[in-house]
This record gives sequence, C-alpha cells and structure tokens, in this order.
Amino acid sequence: MTQATIPQSPHDHPEHLSHHFESLRQQYDSGKLGIWLFLTTEILMFSGLFCGYAVLRSLHPEIFLYAHRYLSVELGALNTVVLIFSSFTMAWAVRAAQLGQTKLLVRLLTITLVCAFVFLGVKFVEYKNKWEESLLPGKFYRPEEPPPGGKFQKLRETDFQSVKKDASADAKPQVAAGAVGERSTIGPAAIGPTGLSEHWLEGRHHGRESWSGPEPDNVQLFFGIYFAMTGLHGVHVIGGMMVIAWLISKARKGVFGPRHFAPVDFVGLYWHLVDLVWIFLFPLLYLIS
Amino acid sequence: MTQPPADSSTTHDSTHSALGHVVPLWLLAAVFGTLLVLTGVTVAAAQVDLGNLNLYLALAIAGVKASLVILFFMHLFWDRSFNAMIFVGCLLFVSLFIGIVLTDSRANNVSAVGGQGSAMRGVHAPLGSPK
Repeated sequence: MTQATIPQSPHDHPEHLSHHFESLRQQYDSGKLGIWLFLTTEILMFSGLFCGYAVLRSLHPEIFLYAHRYLSVELGALNTVVLIFSSFTMAWAVRAAQLGQTKLLVRLLTITLVCAFVFLGVKFVEYKNKWEESLLPGKFYRPEEPPPGGKFQKLRETDFQSVKKDASADAKPQVAAGAVGERSTIGPAAIGPTGLSEHWLEGRHHGRESWSGPEPDNVQLFFGIYFAMTGLHGVHVIGGMMVIAWLISKARKGVFGPRHFAPVDFVGLYWHLVDLVWIFLFPLLYLIS
Repeated sequence: MTQPPADSSTTHDSTHSALGHVVPLWLLAAVFGTLLVLTGVTVAAAQVDLGNLNLYLALAIAGVKASLVILFFMHLFWDRSFNAMIFVGCLLFVSLFIGIVLTDSRANNVSAVGGQGSAMRGVHAPLGSPK
C-alpha cells in the first residue's frame, strides 16, 4: 500500500534528501531544530548539578574555599585550552565540510579527536591523583595531607572563631532562630541533619593532630560535586569522541560536501556544548578565591 | 563521491544553495584567540582577592566565553531566530530553576535548620537577616 504511494526512484530528488522532506533546506532546518532541542535537554540536565553546586556553595562556602586547593589549576587550565582548541578545529571542520574540502575535513576532525583524547588523559591523571590521595566522595574522603596554600588557614581560623561564638550563643534553643526570630516560630533542630552537624570543629580531627589548621566539616561533599560534574562531563566527551570517530570514517569516504554537511554541523553543535559546560566548570571548581 | 562544485555554484535553486552559513576562517581564529585570552584573564583574576566579586567576575567571563562559542562557533548569530528562541528559553528556565531553589534554600536555612544555620552565620549573611 505504502509502496504504491511513495515514489522510490533515486533520480527524482537530490542524493541526500530523505523522501519525507520536501527540500534539503527543510531537511537541514528540521535536523538543526532537533539538535537544538536536544542541546536544551542537555543544558537542563547539567543545570541540576549546577543547582546543587549553587545551593551547597551558598550554604557552605568554607567547604569550597578549603577543598578547591586540592585541585590543580594548571591541569584544569590545560584542559580548558585543549577543549577550546578542539572546539575551534570542530568549527573549522564544519566550514571545511561546507566547502567540500574533504582532506582538510578529515584532518581537522582527527585533530579534534586527538584533543578529546588529551583531555581525557589529563582528566585521568587528575582522577588518579584524587584516588591515591583518598580525595573521594562520602566516607572514602580520608586525605593524609591538608591542601597546599597557607593563606587559607589564617583566613579560616578567624572565621572559625566567629562561628564558635555563634555556636556557644546557640546553646539555648531559642537563640538559634534569634537573629531572624520574627520570621519563624520553628525552633532549631536538636541535632543537625545527618552529615551536616553544627559540631564542625570536632568532627573531622580525630587522628589528624599533625594538621596545622582547622578543616571545615563535610569537605567530602566538594568531591561528590567534583566527581559528579566532571564525571558527567567526561561521559559526554566520550560520547562526542564516538560520533567524531564515526564522522571521520564517513568523511574519509568523501560523503560530506556543500549539500551534505549536516552530520558534521550537528555533531559540532554537540561538541561545542561539551566545551560550554567545561567553560563554566573550570572557574567554578578550580578557581575559587 | 564529493559533490561536484559546478553543480552548486551554477544553479541558483533556493532549495539547494545556502544551507547554513559558512563562517570565515579569520572569524573562527579571532574567536579562538579571544577565548584563550579570556581563559588567561579568568585564571589571573582568581589570583586577586576581590571577595565576593571573584565569583561574579569569573561567571561574567565564563558568560562572555560561552556567548562567543554560541554565537560564532555554533552559528547562532546567523541561525534561524526560532533556534535562538529555544536556546534563550532554555536559559530562562535554568535561571528560574536555580534562582528559586537558591532563594528557597537560603530563606529556610537559618530558621528551620538550627544546625546548619548557626554554622553558616559567621560565613555570610543570609537573606533578610538584620545587620
């Protein structure tokens, strides 16, 4: 029945035009719309993690001030440059595909793929260091050494004293809500929520007498955030590498040209989004001051 | 298998020509260079202690970098405005999402959760607290 209604002749429409589209233009615009919709779902997915980050950082900035020093700004910056460069070669590859420069296209895609490998390699080194220093989420956070940088400890000690005063003032149950007492009649919790207790001076120091400065409680949360965000991003890099590899194999056969470059374009859009996420992750995780 | 160039250059068929926009190479290179410079700026800015301003400066620089990537690498500058609308709409919902959750968590923190509230009071002033 359908065979009778749909003409299957290969000669009555352009080579790369699927028969359910009217024109190449319509086909291209539809694909592009689809990719943009996909990218918005990706952004919304990452925004959940960014939201968690924002809440935790606004409630407990001391965790971020303390723990970010465990990360290497050099490696983070290197990966930023690598990813930006790969974005550049990807954008150039789209141009090459549009102009039918097949050899250049294959070369640029290959460079992009190599950059992705470099990125993952650097990421591997970072993860390996974190693993070896037990800078891991949850109960696996058991570092032997405090993070480098002495400025932190001076700064934190003063903060801790003011906190200590507050904590002693809160000994009477009503006072915890006292600062904004008019706004709520709900009394303070007898015990802080699990894992977020107010006894943050005592909690973390058993067996760590060699440390010169105090460590805020719940630093493991930073590494939970760190691994969740960079991990999800890394998964996206791996996904991008697979489609770029597929593009290379297609491009080597000379499939892409001025009238059929949409796959390169769409993979490019995805790859740029991966770059975009990293552009925000880098300052938010590595560059805290 | 590569498309014959004569085909696309001689015909002026609107369905076949002008798929997408070919970005000039100098522009791509300029965007790349600017992104590198801004990466350097954001690293340098983090070494200077500006208090709370550091976070907003870093986010502003990241915002500029992201805009450059979106407008030129991702062709949104020349793209159909419908795609831009979808993207901007998405950002709108993200800001609603994060903004409302942040307002909520900060508004509740001090009064409802004693443990957390007392611990954070020395670190920053919660919304609406008296000086």
